[in-house]
Formats: sequence, structure tokens, C-alpha cells
Amino acid sequence: MTVGRGELDSDAPQSEIEAAQQSARTDEFGCVTGPAPMQSLLAVNLVGLRTIMRREIRRVTRIWVQTIVPPAITMTLYFVIFGSLIGRRIGEMDGLPYITYIAPGLIMMAVITNSFSNVVSSFFSAKLQLYLEELLVSPLSTATIVVGYMIGGIFRGLAVGVLVTVVALLFTRISVEHPLITLSVVVLVAAVFSLAGLLNAIFAKTFDDISIVPTFVLTPLTYLGGVFFSISLLAPPWQAAAMANPILYMVNAFRYGVLGVSDIPIGVAYALILGLLVALFLANMWLLTKGRGIRS
Amino acid sequence: MDALRLEHLRKTYPNGVQALRGIDLVVEEGDFFALLGPNGAGKTTTIGIITSLVNKTAGRVVVFDRDMDRQREAAKACIGVVPQEVNLAMFEKLIDIVIHQAGYYGVRPRLARQRAERYLKALHLWDRRHDIARNLSGGMKRRLMIARALMHEPRLLILDEPTAGVDIEIRRSMWEFMRAINDAGVTIILTTHYLEEAESLCRNVAIIDHGTIVEHDRMSRVLRKLQYETFILSLEQTVEAAPVLDGYPVRLRNEHEIEVEVSREQNVNRLFALLSEQGMIVHSIRNKANRLEELFLRLTERAGASETRP
Repeated sequence: MTVGRGELDSDAPQSEIEAAQQSARTDEFGCVTGPAPMQSLLAVNLVGLRTIMRREIRRVTRIWVQTIVPPAITMTLYFVIFGSLIGRRIGEMDGLPYITYIAPGLIMMAVITNSFSNVVSSFFSAKLQLYLEELLVSPLSTATIVVGYMIGGIFRGLAVGVLVTVVALLFTRISVEHPLITLSVVVLVAAVFSLAGLLNAIFAKTFDDISIVPTFVLTPLTYLGGVFFSISLLAPPWQAAAMANPILYMVNAFRYGVLGVSDIPIGVAYALILGLLVALFLANMWLLTKGRGIRS
Repeated sequence: MDALRLEHLRKTYPNGVQALRGIDLVVEEGDFFALLGPNGAGKTTTIGIITSLVNKTAGRVVVFDRDMDRQREAAKACIGVVPQEVNLAMFEKLIDIVIHQAGYYGVRPRLARQRAERYLKALHLWDRRHDIARNLSGGMKRRLMIARALMHEPRLLILDEPTAGVDIEIRRSMWEFMRAINDAGVTIILTTHYLEEAESLCRNVAIIDHGTIVEHDRMSRVLRKLQYETFILSLEQTVEAAPVLDGYPVRLRNEHEIEVEVSREQNVNRLFALLSEQGMIVHSIRNKANRLEELFLRLTERAGASETRP
């Protein structure tokens, strides 16, 4: 340790502190000259948004062994077991080799779970360790905070998605049929589950609370969401039940983008994804503005 | 201009606890202001409301003429806060923590890096800038929180027990740093349990107890209100009972020490004379508590007594 004891010397920094104080009063905040104009507040929020994004992205890359590697290993096992070993016995599905058929679903599964878990763990950690207060006392708007965390979740979702795609390419050949649909669906779904993760984190009080939703809601819905099968294989009553699962629409929309096959109309899938996106964004905004789970 | 104005501030928690019962408070620009009170008096709730970490039940908060309800962002931009509890991202590097904080206030990265160097150097943390916060000592964490709060160069700095758990040497050097910040024009509101800290640093003081302000005045005037001081006298000889000294209430502490209450109108020479008449030689004399502490205890006791009175 190089810091000495009892050596904070006020004389040296004082002139610098004064100079900085003077400069600060007229630049970013307009604290002296009256209320900060809209443009100024916009600039503050843009810098703030970039800061949250940078912080979240650096968090993902800093702990890449926890955030990037495990899903890649898990998905490799899925491809080996379900795709390569069992898939050979299953044959074709919707006219495609089974391993090719499940590849988009597995990519989407990785995107969903990782975008969700990134935001839920990051926001909950910030809440638990109290450093969320850094954001709450700042002049940033609630929308900036929500969007910042959402982008962090999208980043991890896409980073893992790309890695899983690379793994998939080791096992099968994939040529993207509709690149724009593929890209837009994966980004929108990552955004939806980032916001869902934020919602979970806002309500969470313990570590159990952040594992309940992924374990008991997200995983079953994903497995039943057409990742491994076409719903045309299900009996009519079960088909109807499956249609109530929003993840089915997301997986199929992505599969349509990649392979050109889908069990559901693509327009309906987009409407549902966008509807969920708006609803979750507004819910998070409302809860954070009210201070639910973060202010006493 | 007032740096801070609180009007009829009330807070009732969902469990029914009335933390604040209508607080009115004005802190002038440039002031070094002490907000004192016993545990649970409402200090941290008040600070929480000012910094918008706690939702108020009623009342108004105005920071440099900006109403916290109507111009929230502009008001918050003027405030820097060092909370009572350590609230650092423990796995982030010091340099990242302070630069991120600047970013939340719209300070661009280049300027943020300059300020980070300035404040981390001023608080003697620059050499540790690439360490993660978890590896810092308690005193360093406190200093890091001060550096972080200064990154956007706030006009109002709120320090909620900033020297808690810090040893006396570092504490005194932190006082000097706080004085320098205040001399540079920053209004400071300080809560502390070290009353000598408030007495040494602050020009004005408010004492809060049971959610109400029981005293709000200049520090010097508040101290003048102290009618009595209690001294502890060490005697050379052994005494078995408290001596009777005309006009001076005396209590026996132990066989070598007595406690004497001296009012402002009385003088200590007469006390010594009375002791001398009884053949007692005073070996040493010291204050039982510092003056502010004594006043603080009397005020909060008085407020408590009047509240329980039918």
C-alpha cells in the first residue's frame, strides 16, 4: 500500500478544486445560470446512457468465464446429444435435417436465457450492494436507466448467440434465408428478455427470487416453445396450449428468418414481440419511477 | 440563494413509523452545515429524501431554487452525496467507479479522466486506481466515496457520516479536505456522530430528534445556549463520598474522581477554592463531553421528556 496515513493535504488540491468548481458551474448542468435547458439534459442523458452501456458491456466481458463460456458449452452439448447423436435417428423435420431444424431454436434459447440473466443479475447485484444508488441519485431519466440495462442484456444475448451460431456451424450448414428478419427478431427478443430480467430484478429481494423465474418459467416455456419440435407434431388440444406460449412465436420467427420455415404467421410473431417489448418497457418505467423495490 | 430548503417535510413508512413529522430547514449557499441527532432521529431519512432515495410522504424539497418535484433532474445535478453505508461496486476498479459516476451526470470521458486524476490524487487514492474497491481498507472506501461524489463537482455536497469507522488521524486529514472543498464554494451538509467534528467544521447546525428539528441556529449561538458544563476532576487523595460544594452539584465517579456541574454564571476558580477549603487537591480536570455533545444530550433528552409528558 502506497497511501500514507493522515496525509490528505488540503493545500495542494484546493486551487485545482476551485478551478474545477468554477468550470463545472457553467458547463454540463447550468446550476448557476438557471434550470438546465432541454438540450443540456438530453446531452447529460446521452453521456449517461453511453456510460451505463459501457459499464454493462465491460461487466459481461470482465466476467466472460461466467457470462460467455458456460452457455457455449451447454449449447455444444445440446448439438452433440440432440443434434448429432439422437438427431440422426429422428431424421428430418419440416423437410430439414433435425440438427439444422433445432439450430435456430438453440440459438434463440441461448439469447433468451442470457439476455434475461444478464440484466437480472446485474441490476440485482447493484441493488443488493447498494451501488444502484449511484444511478438513482443522478439526474438521469428513468428511460435512460432502463434502456442502458436493456442494451447490456442485448449485448450479452447477441454475444452468446453469435458464439452458439459458430458452434452450430461446426455441426451443420446454415444459410440465412431472411437476414433482416433474423437480425430484427434476435435483437427484439433479446430486448424483450432484458426488460423481463429487469422487471424480475426490481421485485427480487433475495437470490432465490432471481432464480425462480428462469428455473420455473423461462426454461419450461423455452423447452415447450418449439425449440426441439414442430407443433404440427402435437395433438390439437396441445397445439392450442402451445400457441399460448410467447416463446413459440419468437423461436418460429427466428427459424423463419434463418431456415424459411415456421409454424406460425410471421406478422403475428412480430406483433407479439413488439407488444411485449412496449408493455415491459412501460412496466419497468412505471415501477422505477414509483421507486418500487428500490426506494423506501 | 438558499442551497437547500425543506418545507413541511414528512415521511411515514409503510409500517406506520413516522420518521419525519414536518421538518422545515434552510441551508444557505456556501455553508458548512451540521445535521445532528441520535440514531433513528430522522437524519438519514431526510438525506434520503433530498437525494431522492426515499419517497417523501408530504412537503417540499428545493435545491438552489429547483423544486425536486418539478425540476428533479436539474435539482439532482447540483447534489453530490456520500452515503452512510458503503455503496461501491466492489468488483470495479477505482478509476472506473469514479469515471462512471461522472458519466451519470453527463461529464464527458475526457473531462471525467482529468477529474478522476485530480480527486483521486487529492484523496491519495491515485496509486490504487487500478485496484478493485473490495481490496481497499475501510478508510480508503470512505475517501473513494468522497472522490466519487465530487466527480460532477456538485454545488451541494451531503456527507452522511463520512468519517465513520475511520481512525482519528485520517479523520482529521479528511476534515482538512472537507474544509478546502467548502472554502472553494461548495455547500456542505454533514451528519456525524463525532460531535467534535461538527463543532470543528460547521458554522450552522440543526438538531433533529424524533423526526422534528429541536434546534436550528449558528453553531456559536447554539453552544452559547449551553447553561452547564460537566467537568471530571481527578483528586490526589481518596474520597469515599461526594463532597458538598455550595452551589455546585457533585457526583462521585470513583474513589479518585468526582463529576461537577458548572453553570455559565459560576467560575471554576471558586470551585477550586471550595475544594481546597476541604483539603482536596485537584490533580487534573477534563470535560465529561465536548460542549456540543453536552448540549446535544440535553436537547434530545429535553425533547424526549416533553414528548412523554402527559
